[in-house]
Amino acid sequence: MTQTEEADSAIGTELAAIELKGIVKTFHSHGDAVAAVKGVDVTIGEGEFFSLLGPSGCGKTTTMRMIAGFDEPTEGDVFLHGKNVVGVPPNKRDVNMVFQSYALFPHMSVLENVAFGLRRKGVAKDEAARRAGEMLEIVDLKGREKRRPRELSGGQQQRVALARALVNRPSALLLDEPLGALDLKLRQAMQVELKRIQREVGITFVYVTHDQNEALTMSDRIAVMNDGRIEQLGSPREIYERPASRFVAGFIGTSNVLSGTVSRTGSGKAIVEPGPGERIMVSHEAVPGDEIELTVRPEKIDVRSDPPDGDGCALRGTVNEVVYLGMFTNYNVTTSTGAEVVVFVQNVSSADDVATRGDSVWLSWDPRHSYVIGA
Amino acid sequence: MSATIVDLEETTTAKPRRARGRWGDRLLYGYTWLIIVWLCLPIAVMIAFGFNDTKGRLNLTWQGFTFKWYAQLFSVPDLTTALVNSLTIALIATLGSAVLGTLIGLALGRYRFRGQGSLNLVQFAAISAPETVMGASLLSFFVQLNVGRGYWTIVVAHIMFSLSFVAVTVRSRVLTLDPAIDEAARDLGAGGWTAFRLVTLPMIFPAVLAGSLLAFALSIDDFIITSFNSGSTLTFPLWIWGAQKNGLPPQVNVMGTLIFAAGILLAVGNAVIARRRR
Repeated sequence: MTQTEEADSAIGTELAAIELKGIVKTFHSHGDAVAAVKGVDVTIGEGEFFSLLGPSGCGKTTTMRMIAGFDEPTEGDVFLHGKNVVGVPPNKRDVNMVFQSYALFPHMSVLENVAFGLRRKGVAKDEAARRAGEMLEIVDLKGREKRRPRELSGGQQQRVALARALVNRPSALLLDEPLGALDLKLRQAMQVELKRIQREVGITFVYVTHDQNEALTMSDRIAVMNDGRIEQLGSPREIYERPASRFVAGFIGTSNVLSGTVSRTGSGKAIVEPGPGERIMVSHEAVPGDEIELTVRPEKIDVRSDPPDGDGCALRGTVNEVVYLGMFTNYNVTTSTGAEVVVFVQNVSSADDVATRGDSVWLSWDPRHSYVIGA
Repeated sequence: MSATIVDLEETTTAKPRRARGRWGDRLLYGYTWLIIVWLCLPIAVMIAFGFNDTKGRLNLTWQGFTFKWYAQLFSVPDLTTALVNSLTIALIATLGSAVLGTLIGLALGRYRFRGQGSLNLVQFAAISAPETVMGASLLSFFVQLNVGRGYWTIVVAHIMFSLSFVAVTVRSRVLTLDPAIDEAARDLGAGGWTAFRLVTLPMIFPAVLAGSLLAFALSIDDFIITSFNSGSTLTFPLWIWGAQKNGLPPQVNVMGTLIFAAGILLAVGNAVIARRRR
């Protein structure tokens, strides 16, 4: 909750591009009420690249469809540039959408597709064609104006869909998993491309995805959604480094969740000591006896055979599995408390692995990299 | 070395298979032509006897070639009226069933609503019900309503039975469309009607056309349902039925030939348009 406030204040006083206030959406099917969105509050700033990230069924697409006007919220308000648009049909809203299936008009040429929105706004035919041509140039499709959508590759169709939406200069562009149908290589190339285009046109992007890498790569801010609610809202770094809940920790990247009973406290730190020489420290206000849960990312942990010096975090464990992955090696370690910990060790030298299966090892990391979750 | 192995394999495996394939191909080829000839034979006879220089009232034996029936096409007034009736009824019925059928097909394909299942069922019932049953029930319907049978009851009856064919073809087309395309049109500023006119209709048009052609074909040669509901109005098939006891004038063959030719033209036109769209 504090993070939401922080992020909101970062936008300052300028009029937000999109503001959702207390959005609830309930669908009725066969007499049952199914809540898809259970209270979403979010403010998206002008020119921001904002991602709604979450597993399927978390309500992210429904949230986006309420911004576009295809669904109306059961409760709450949607503001576009300070104007409440609840009840305004999609064709009267100043936002455009890029559909997951692209939804290009198959009977029209690429140019006609892109000029469609301008023509509906009453822009003259020649002028619309000129502007559509310019936009096709931005998305790198010059020379394909006369083609039909089906004559283009998936990546090209994707860019036509993007151009068709962007040419209208909407106050916000909504993208519904736009890269979902592309193969990995093309997807990565398009991520960079999308970010470039967004910088070039300076339009607010709201990006719906279930792919955490996509969200981390492109976004200024991410709202992680689960079960119709926003679990955490923040910059990619905040979300990754300091997951606010067990769900976020598990959904974004690989994360280790450790739990224990606080045995000592001091200078704002809680210390858990599972065994002799072992200690986990974390910045947290607690009293001895408190049960805490904390996370630490796999790449922050070191594996060594002797107990670490100094006063960092240290845990004892047994190596279960060693998987060499080229750039790094993945160790699965069972700690003395029975927790499963994943560790990524970068393969800096070409020497042998630091430990093999069955070895007794020490895990150590800087206390600044452990975060209490659910706090 | 490897090339010779490949060659060897090709010759050994491909040869017998190709020989067998050739026999099968020939058989299929011959059978296909047999079917085509079989189907075309009655039509060929109809066309040929339109050129028959018959002297008597019966046009059953070949008596020499002539174009005169084409010149005297409209010399049997009743027959001409019947043909005009058939053509105008078919056109109005086609238009009516195209509009209503398209709307029903769209609704069935795109939305979920109460009574959808029953509507589907009724449609297929209308397609599969025996014509005598439909004709008789329409007759009792008109009698109940105290409507005089004639031209317009035939039109209503024809719209009624050809409607489902349009609806079914349009529905199956709509089901293949991505619903997001319609949403995209609205998202880009098109209102409901504009989105339909510029996006939905062009996409379903091949189905509308196919359904309409079917409706026209069904209407123009319908006999059973029409005969129940025609009152004193005569259509082309009804006139032929009435006249055949006294012998059919060769003009009937000529008109049949012309209707057939028009049908062929429409079918070819449809195929050409469909290919260009693909």
